[in-house]
Amino acid sequence: MRYLPLTPDDRAQMLGVIGAASIDDLFADVPAAARKSEPFDLPHHAGELEVERELSALAGLNRAAGAGPFFCGAGAYRHHVPATVDHIIQRSEFLTSYTPYQPEIAQGTLQVLFEFQTQVAALTGLDVANASMYDGSTACAEAVMMARRVTRRKRAVLSGGLHPHYAATTQTIAHAEGMDIVRQTVAIDAEAAVIEAIDSETACVVVQTPNVFGVATDVTKIAEAAHAAGALLIVVTTEAISYGLLKSPGEMGADIAVAEGQSIGNALNFGGPYIGLFTCKEKLVRQMPGRLCGETVDADGRRGFVLTLSTREQHIRRDKATSNICTNSGLCALAFTVHLSLLGETGLRQLAAINHAKARRLAAALGAIPGVEVLTKRYFNEIAIRLPGNATQMVEALLEDGIVAGVPFSRLDPAAGLDDVLLCAATETTLDEDIDAFAQALSRRIG
Amino acid sequence: MTMQTVGRPTRPEDVQPLDTGFASLTGGRGLLQDEALIFERDGWGKTGVDLPAADATADDLGDLVRKSPIGLPGLSEPEAMRHYVRLSQKNHAIDLALYPLGSCTMKHNPRLNEKMARLAGFADLHPMAPLPTIQGALTLMDRLSHWLKTLTGMPAVALSPKAGAHGELCGLLAIRAAHEAKGDPRRRVLVPTSAHGTNPATAAFVGYSVTEIAQTDDGRVDLADLEAKLGPDVAAIMVTNPNTCGLFERDIIEIARLTHAAGAYFYCDGANFNAIVGRVRPGDLGVDAMHINLHKTFSTPHGGGGPGAGPVVLSEALAPFAPAPWVVHGHEGLTLVEETVEEAAQAFGRMSAFHGQMGMFVRAYAYMRSHGADGLRQVAEDAVLNANYIKARLSGVMTPAFPEGPCMHEALFDDSWLEGTGVTTLDFAKAMIDEGFHPMTMYFPLVVHGAMLIEPTETESKQELDRFCEALIALAQAAKAGDVDRFKGAPYLAPMRRLDETLAARKPRLIWKPEAGVAPAPLAAE
Repeated sequence: MRYLPLTPDDRAQMLGVIGAASIDDLFADVPAAARKSEPFDLPHHAGELEVERELSALAGLNRAAGAGPFFCGAGAYRHHVPATVDHIIQRSEFLTSYTPYQPEIAQGTLQVLFEFQTQVAALTGLDVANASMYDGSTACAEAVMMARRVTRRKRAVLSGGLHPHYAATTQTIAHAEGMDIVRQTVAIDAEAAVIEAIDSETACVVVQTPNVFGVATDVTKIAEAAHAAGALLIVVTTEAISYGLLKSPGEMGADIAVAEGQSIGNALNFGGPYIGLFTCKEKLVRQMPGRLCGETVDADGRRGFVLTLSTREQHIRRDKATSNICTNSGLCALAFTVHLSLLGETGLRQLAAINHAKARRLAAALGAIPGVEVLTKRYFNEIAIRLPGNATQMVEALLEDGIVAGVPFSRLDPAAGLDDVLLCAATETTLDEDIDAFAQALSRRIG
Repeated sequence: MTMQTVGRPTRPEDVQPLDTGFASLTGGRGLLQDEALIFERDGWGKTGVDLPAADATADDLGDLVRKSPIGLPGLSEPEAMRHYVRLSQKNHAIDLALYPLGSCTMKHNPRLNEKMARLAGFADLHPMAPLPTIQGALTLMDRLSHWLKTLTGMPAVALSPKAGAHGELCGLLAIRAAHEAKGDPRRRVLVPTSAHGTNPATAAFVGYSVTEIAQTDDGRVDLADLEAKLGPDVAAIMVTNPNTCGLFERDIIEIARLTHAAGAYFYCDGANFNAIVGRVRPGDLGVDAMHINLHKTFSTPHGGGGPGAGPVVLSEALAPFAPAPWVVHGHEGLTLVEETVEEAAQAFGRMSAFHGQMGMFVRAYAYMRSHGADGLRQVAEDAVLNANYIKARLSGVMTPAFPEGPCMHEALFDDSWLEGTGVTTLDFAKAMIDEGFHPMTMYFPLVVHGAMLIEPTETESKQELDRFCEALIALAQAAKAGDVDRFKGAPYLAPMRRLDETLAARKPRLIWKPEAGVAPAPLAAE
C-alpha cells in the first residue's frame, strides 16, 4: 500500500522492541466480541490509476458550471480565481500544517490570518474580524448567539429577505440554545417590515443585503431602530464581491457583519468547503466565537503573531466557551487573502462593477420578454424574476436548451408560495452570448 | 539503534554554540526573510489581475454605492507569489517532518486526492444546480455514505456537518430531538474529565448542563461514578474512544448498556477513529452517534486550521432525526431531500446552507478507495504499532502516564520525569522545535500533569520514528543533565524566538492599523 511506509521486517522489529508477540496483542483492550478478524465487505485497495478512473467517471456525470450558460447564485457564486491562488494553497507548508498552536513555527499561517482579519474588517467596515467560520450560514447562527450573550436577551428577528437556508440553520442551532427566533414572512422587500418587529426584548435583528432576492438595501434606519431598543444589528451578505460596490455594513451601522466569503478565492465545490466571515465592533470582541490572531513580539523583540484571546474558546473554557468551534476554514481563508491581495482595492472595485454591469444586462434582456417580470429593482449581481408558470419546470425545460437558468426559489423554501420565482445571477464569468442565449430560449419557451 | 547522522548534529556534544555573535548587515536571515504585511508595502492602488472595462455605471444604485475607500492594498502577481511563498517557509508541515500532535492525526495527505477534488465536475459544481446535472456528486456522496456506514457498523449517516465540533453539535441535536419526540426532554450530559473541550462546549451550546465523570487510575471511565451520575435527567454521555489518553475503553460495552438502561444515548467522539478503523465497528460497541473527522482518519488536509468535515453516523434510534439534506434513490436517479417536509418530518433542522464539505468528501473517498478494506485495517494496525513503539523507546527516559498495557494510536507522557530539572512541558516542547520537529500536544488531556500526547500516525517510517525518538532521548538527557538554557530560551533556530502570548491577550491588536507596531520589524528599528 503506497501510503504505508512500514515493511513486514520493520513491523517485526518494532513488535520486538515493544515486547508484543503480535499486532493483536496491541488491541487486547478491545472486547473480544467487537474484534473483527476479517476485512470488511468493501473493495480492496486500488492504485492511483483505478481511483482516478472511478472519480473521473463520477465527475463526468456532473455538468460543470463552466460547461455553458449558467445563472445559479442563491448564496454560491461562480467567479474566476487566478491560477496563483491555487498554487499558493497547494504549498505543502500551508496545505499540510494545522491550527497554529506553536506560533514559532507557524508564522506563515498566522501572518496570513492577520492579513485576512484586516482585509475582512476593511471590507465590512467594522473593527475586528475573526480567523473564519465554516461558512456564511453558520457564521449567521453564531452571530445570533453572540447577540444573546451581549444583550442577555433571547429574541432574534430574522428578516424575510434572509436566505432560507441561513434562517433554517440559525433556527436549528439558536433554538436549541433556548432562543426565541422570529422569522418574518418571506417577501422581496421584507426589510421594510423589520423595524416594527423590534421590541425591548429583542437581542438582534438579522438583515441580509443584498438579500436572497438580490435586493440591495440601505439598513441605516434599521440600525437606528435596533440601537434605540438596545438590540444589535447583524448584517448578512452572501456575495462578498458586492463589498466592492456597495456601502459596507459598518458604514450603515451594523454591530456584527457576517458573510459567505466563497466568492473570493474559492471554487463552488458543490457547497463546501466555504468560508464564513465574521466581524464586529471592537467593544464586542470578547464575546466573539472562533479563533483570533493577534500581534505580539518574540523574546528578541521582533514582531510576530499568535492565536489570542483564547479564554473565550472551548479548549480553555469548555462548557463556558463562546462557541464550540475548533477547526475552521484556514485554507479557504488563505485562498481568500491571496485572491484579495491580487485584486487590491482597484481590482475589487473593477470586478464588482463588471458583475453589476452583467446583471444589468441580464435584467434588461429578461425583462424585455413578455410575461417575465424582473422583481428586483436595486441589485448587485443577482435578480429575482417572476415567470408565467412554475420556475422548477422552466429550469428543467431550459436544461434541454443547454442553459442552467438559475435557482427556483421554491427549492430554497417550498413553503413560501413563490413557485413562479426564479433567482438568476450573473458574474464576470457570464458571457454576453450566454445572456442572449438564455433570453432567447426563455422567450421561446414562454411564447 | 542506528540512525541517519549525515549532515546534522545529533548528539548534544556535537551541537555548535547557539550564539555565534554573527549578524547580517541588513537584518536579513538567509532564506528566512522578514516579510512585511501587505499593508506595509505601498501597494495602495496596485492590482495583480487584468480585468476588462465594465460597460455600465452603477447610477441605478444611488446612495447604496460605497463612497469611501475600502483600504485594501494590492500586489502584482510576482509580488504576491513571493510574499506568500516566503510566508509559507515559516511554517512547519507534515510534508517536512513528523507532526505528532496528539488527537489531531496529522498523517500524509495524498496529492491524488487534491487532483480529484479539482476535477471541474466536482470543483466547478454549484450546490443548487438542477438535479440532472449533479448525479455524479450525489453518487459520490452515496458511496461515501456506504463506506462510512460499513466501517462503523451504523445504519445512517448525516454528511453535512463541517468539522468535528459541528458533528458533535449534529449528534447532540439528534439526541435532543429524539428525547423531545418521546416527550422526555432531559437536561444533562455526562462528559469524562479527559474529554476534548469541544464536548462540554457543544453540550452547553445545545442547552444541556454538563456533569463530569471521574476517571480511574488506569485512565478509563470510572464505571461506578458513571452509574452514580446516570439518572432520569441525563440525555447522553459523550465518550471518546479510544479516549484522549490514547487508551481503549475496555468497559465500553458496559458503558453503553448502563447508558441505555438509564434511557440516555451514547455519543462517541470519533476523533480517534484512526486507531480502530477496519478492525472495530463502533456500532458493535453500542454507540448511538459518532462524528468522523474526515480530516483526521481519512486524511483530508488540515490546511493550517481547516476546512475539515465531520459526518455523523447514527443508530436506528436517532436516524429519523438526521438533519436535511440527504441523498435518496428515486425513480430518475438520485435526489436530495432538502427540506424538513413530509419525508423529513422528524429531521431536527439544518446544519448549514448546503450539503456539507463536498471537496472533503471527494478527497476522503479517494483515500478510502486507495486503501480499500485491507489497507484501512493496516492503517489502524500501523498507527497503533507506531505509537506503541514510541512509547516503548521513550519509556526509559520519560514517564508514560499509563505504563501498564498497550496504548492505541497515541502515547501519553506526564511531566514527572522533569521534576527538579527546572524544565517544563512547554520548555521541552519548544526545544523540540530546534531539533526540527513539531511539538506534541501539550497540557492535554487535563487529567495528566504536564501532559505530552504523541500521535505519530501510520504514515511515518521506522526511520523517521527513530530519528524522532533519538531527538527526544537526547533532549531528555540534556534536561536531566541541567542544560536548562537550551529549554528556557527555546526555540533558538525557528523563524521566531518564543512569542509573548500574554502581551497579545492583554493588548489585543487584531488587525493592522496605520500606526500599528508593538515593536517594528528589526530593519525598520535600526
